[in-house]
Amino acid sequence: MLAKLFGGTHRKNRVYDFHGGVHPPENKQQSNGTAIQPGPLPARLILPLNMHIGAPAKPLVAPGDKVLKGQMIAEPVGAVSAAIHAPTSGTVSAIGPRPIQHPSGMDAICIVIDSDGEDRWVDHQGIADYTELSPGELVDTIRQAGIAGMGGAGFPTSIKVNLGDHQRVEQLIINAVECEPYITADDRLMRERAADIVAGIHILQYLLNPRRTLIGIEDNKPEAISAIKRACKGCDIEVRVVPTKYPSGGEKQLIQLLTGKEVASGQLPAQVGVVCQNVGTAFAIQRAVCHGEPLLSRITTLTGDAVAQPGNYETLLGTPVADLLQHGGVHSQQLGRLVMGGPMMGFTLHNPAVPVVKTTNCIIAASPQELPEPPPEQPCIRCGSCAEACPANLLPQQLYWHAKNDDLDKALHHNLMDCIECGACAYVCPSHIPLVQYYRYAKGEVRQRAADQVKADKARQRFEARQARIEQEQAEKEARRQARLEANRKKKEAGAAAPTGPSAEQAAALKQASLEASKAYKAAVKAAKTAEAQGDDNAADLKAEAERLKAVADKAKAAVRDAKADAPAVAAPADDAVASLKKQVGDASSAYKAAVKAAKDAEASGADDAGDLRARAEALKATADRLKAELRDAKANAPTTPAAPQTDPVAELKKQVGDASSAYKSAVKAAKEAEAQGADNAAELRAEADRLKAVADQLKADLRDAKANAPAPAKAAPAGKAPPADSPKVPESDAPQSVAGVDPEQAAKRQKRLKALKTAYNMAHKQYKDAHAALERAERHEELSADEFNAMQQKVDKLKGKADVARDALDALVEEAKADIRAHTGKDLKTLKLEAARAESALADKQQELAQRRDSAAEETLEALEAELKALETEAHIARKALKQAVEEQGLVEE
Amino acid sequence: MSLISSTSPHTTGKTDTGAFMRQVLYATLPGLAVLTWQFGWGSVINVLWAVLVALLSEAAILKARGRPLGFYLKDYSAVVTAVLLGLALPPTAPWWLTLIGVSFAIIVAKQLYGGLGMNPFNPAMVGYVLLLISFPAAMTRWIAPGQTPEPAQSWQLFLGQAGVDGFSGATPLDTFRTWAGNASELSGHAILHGQFAGLGWEWVNLAFLLGGLYLLARRIITWQIPAAFLLGVAVPALIASLVDPVRFAGPLFHLFSGGTMLGAFFIATDPVTAATSRLGRFIYALLIGVLIWVIRSFGGYPDAVAFSVLLLNLCAPFIDYYTQPRTYGHRKANRGVGS
Repeated sequence: MLAKLFGGTHRKNRVYDFHGGVHPPENKQQSNGTAIQPGPLPARLILPLNMHIGAPAKPLVAPGDKVLKGQMIAEPVGAVSAAIHAPTSGTVSAIGPRPIQHPSGMDAICIVIDSDGEDRWVDHQGIADYTELSPGELVDTIRQAGIAGMGGAGFPTSIKVNLGDHQRVEQLIINAVECEPYITADDRLMRERAADIVAGIHILQYLLNPRRTLIGIEDNKPEAISAIKRACKGCDIEVRVVPTKYPSGGEKQLIQLLTGKEVASGQLPAQVGVVCQNVGTAFAIQRAVCHGEPLLSRITTLTGDAVAQPGNYETLLGTPVADLLQHGGVHSQQLGRLVMGGPMMGFTLHNPAVPVVKTTNCIIAASPQELPEPPPEQPCIRCGSCAEACPANLLPQQLYWHAKNDDLDKALHHNLMDCIECGACAYVCPSHIPLVQYYRYAKGEVRQRAADQVKADKARQRFEARQARIEQEQAEKEARRQARLEANRKKKEAGAAAPTGPSAEQAAALKQASLEASKAYKAAVKAAKTAEAQGDDNAADLKAEAERLKAVADKAKAAVRDAKADAPAVAAPADDAVASLKKQVGDASSAYKAAVKAAKDAEASGADDAGDLRARAEALKATADRLKAELRDAKANAPTTPAAPQTDPVAELKKQVGDASSAYKSAVKAAKEAEAQGADNAAELRAEADRLKAVADQLKADLRDAKANAPAPAKAAPAGKAPPADSPKVPESDAPQSVAGVDPEQAAKRQKRLKALKTAYNMAHKQYKDAHAALERAERHEELSADEFNAMQQKVDKLKGKADVARDALDALVEEAKADIRAHTGKDLKTLKLEAARAESALADKQQELAQRRDSAAEETLEALEAELKALETEAHIARKALKQAVEEQGLVEE
Repeated sequence: MSLISSTSPHTTGKTDTGAFMRQVLYATLPGLAVLTWQFGWGSVINVLWAVLVALLSEAAILKARGRPLGFYLKDYSAVVTAVLLGLALPPTAPWWLTLIGVSFAIIVAKQLYGGLGMNPFNPAMVGYVLLLISFPAAMTRWIAPGQTPEPAQSWQLFLGQAGVDGFSGATPLDTFRTWAGNASELSGHAILHGQFAGLGWEWVNLAFLLGGLYLLARRIITWQIPAAFLLGVAVPALIASLVDPVRFAGPLFHLFSGGTMLGAFFIATDPVTAATSRLGRFIYALLIGVLIWVIRSFGGYPDAVAFSVLLLNLCAPFIDYYTQPRTYGHRKANRGVGS
């Protein structure tokens, strides 16, 4: 306050003050009286990959590799990371988890080097004049040397000295305060190697170009102060002596002491134009730049009442604390507490196998009297000593109260996160409350809560995105459904207005009509044949009737074909032409056949006009052939071939055979008559009859072949010779849908049938494919005549029809099986599957919970959990069984 | 090798709560000595009896709560409560008066709230106010200056076997309150005219001031509470007495009469029930001081330390919410209760 009032005249080199602070016993004289000694060369060095703050380094060596002193054995990964070098020559014996320098005593990945005792250096050399390097190259040198803050935090130095052009450094502050009791590493370093330190500071000045450079040293190190002052003579480094008070070496506190500035909460010193570097870091930078030596060792104070020769040791990184203790002569009986770091902020080691790392400035091997067990915690009387001691000007007593009550919001309101964990509050607490521990706990909770919040936010976003997607899908589905309904409605309306429109119902009706017609025709043919065989008079009448019926059936078939052809024709107008051609072909061949028949009848009854009729039949045939040719052309032009009419090739062949043999017979007859009349053309007629006979024979042979081929698919298809429309009805009539329970016999039957159907379908499908391929081949090579092509086309279509029938039947059967499951269990197959999966996952969860809590939970809790687990096991078993049974019973194979 | 494992810091200061409390006890000794010099052994007997009652009450309730006796009795907090209440009671107080006040202070005002550190009200003052309201006559019978009883007489008073009529008289505060506005009466009462304040009481307060300065020097207390307390009493008294010296007593009279110094250095400084931040403590104590002057000048009671302290105890948490210090690295201090 007074300083502010009369602040107009404050001196340039004044030292400010910070709030609070404590004066614990210094205990520095034990270790600062002797010169720095070399540390041990241990048989085995353990180098953690994360000796620094940031990402662990990435190993460059493998077990068994020979390494030389100074050789890089792990490289930095990412910006905030630091390299690691072999501190001595030897062999990499392992890379794996070892206990490291962590308060929890946890393990982390370390590179273990078995020293060969030779301490052989890798080739290295310093930079004669670093000012010839660009700052960027120099920063890289520091990065490659693996230098991290030597004061305690271990932040990679290359980051701190690489600020970028936009940041102006007002003050470069060299932290030589060493305010923690016991530690004298920096003190001895300054006394003995002041020149090297100053050279290191010059390198930092070159990199950062600060307006001023300040060294802060506590007034309890007069020798160090004078050594540094001597070394700084004549250069622009100002030595500032600060009063001895803990924690004046804290970065924020030192900045406040030397500049009066405060680093804003949550920000870095660079934001107020200050860069802080530890004096040991400056020394390490000088070694790296001027001598080419990466960071291999550090000065570590070994002190405490249990040490015979306390002092400072230049210790190789990775030296196990146990080796250092042995080197300094520790009376293990007297050892009560082993602290890495100082007594205020260091942490206790459980295991002396932990290695010395880049930040290990001190090892205190204290006797139980020196650092006794903390006394029991008494109630807080809110005396306020802690608030008086707090360098951050917090209210530790309030923070404690809120932390203890888990009232994190209030703790944050009291600026919990600004606590630097210096321990001043706990040091002065008359009630011996481990205050820092409460703050660490609360901070951990706050971070955890923040992490949970992030996680929850992500989950919520995921959920919302999913929800939106599902809704959109639903909407699209609904829109499609509506569109379909609309289209159907329109179609229906259109159908009502124009009955000729190709609706599905009409197609079905046409099909039905066609079926009935062909049935009637077949019955008529049968009746006519019977009559003929019995020599009935009305055989001829019956035959005529049959012919009429055949014509009707053909017409119906043609109509079905048209309907089929019209359906896809909406999309492809080219198909219309094909369809109409087809119709014409159909009509023409019907007419031709009718004519042939009439001619035959006429011949048989010895009518005069038989010749005329035959001639007309021939003319009709020519028309039909021409139409057929046109149809073929049209088909070739229209790539989307609509389904061709399904006609029986065998029947067709039979008919042809019949026709051919009739033709032959009539030819023979004509020839005989001509011979008898002594006509000139008798020989010709006979030749013609012979040719006709050959044709008939050929056709007969074809028929035989066709018959031999036909039965296989016909047998495979369950509907046999029944028309395609009938076939799906067959399994339905076999298995009534409303069965209350599943009859095992029925199920077994269905299982068999399913299998058979599958085989049949596969076979039919294969035949169809083969035939189709053959047809295509033939078409490509133009090997076939028009008739042959048509016959083959028909055959292919028929095979396809059969395959389709088989597929339909199979689908119907599977649906039926599913329906049975539904009827039997009240659930469909999907539900069963879901249930089974849910039961399994609940079981897994419970198992996991049990495993997690087996160590911590009470006996009753565990028992309860086990009981729950058992119940869940049973449930999951039942669900699994139900699912399996349903699948097996119905013969449904998982696909 | 079994090593101690603990979190930092690994070393702590040598103070403890018991030592804090003992320093407070030592600092009361000058005041106790002057009280004895002025009013006989009654105060010493009060204090000793109060300590015994307090320890027994504390032990009984700790036992009932299942707490370790030795650990908690060693913190001396019950002793401090007892001593402060013993000093505040008149030297004529019979044994039962002290017994009621101290046991109520320890059992109800302190332990029933959870013991040391948990009580919102100053236990000694709760005990004092209970007695003042319940037994106003017994609580206002002070020894008249110059009528100091013999030790045996003090003992008889303590046992309740002797009448107090021979010794008792009005205190300076009581006398001034009675004759305020009457210039001739005020000048006629010798008790109002000591060396610099009320007769006898000026030395008592001076002794407590000395003890308080010792506590300040030992950093057991900080300056904010006593300074603000005394300012709160003195400034209104100065202004009012300048305006109307017959109606209002002067600042010196107020500062060195009644329980002013005991209250400023020993009662209001109880950390458990006071506000906690520096600014908060200043405001807290300033308001106590002002309230004391107000009640002394306008209220129905001659003195008002106990009432004022208890009233401000009520306000302490609220004051704390609005007087957080500015933390390092923050431009402004946080105010209010937070989110």
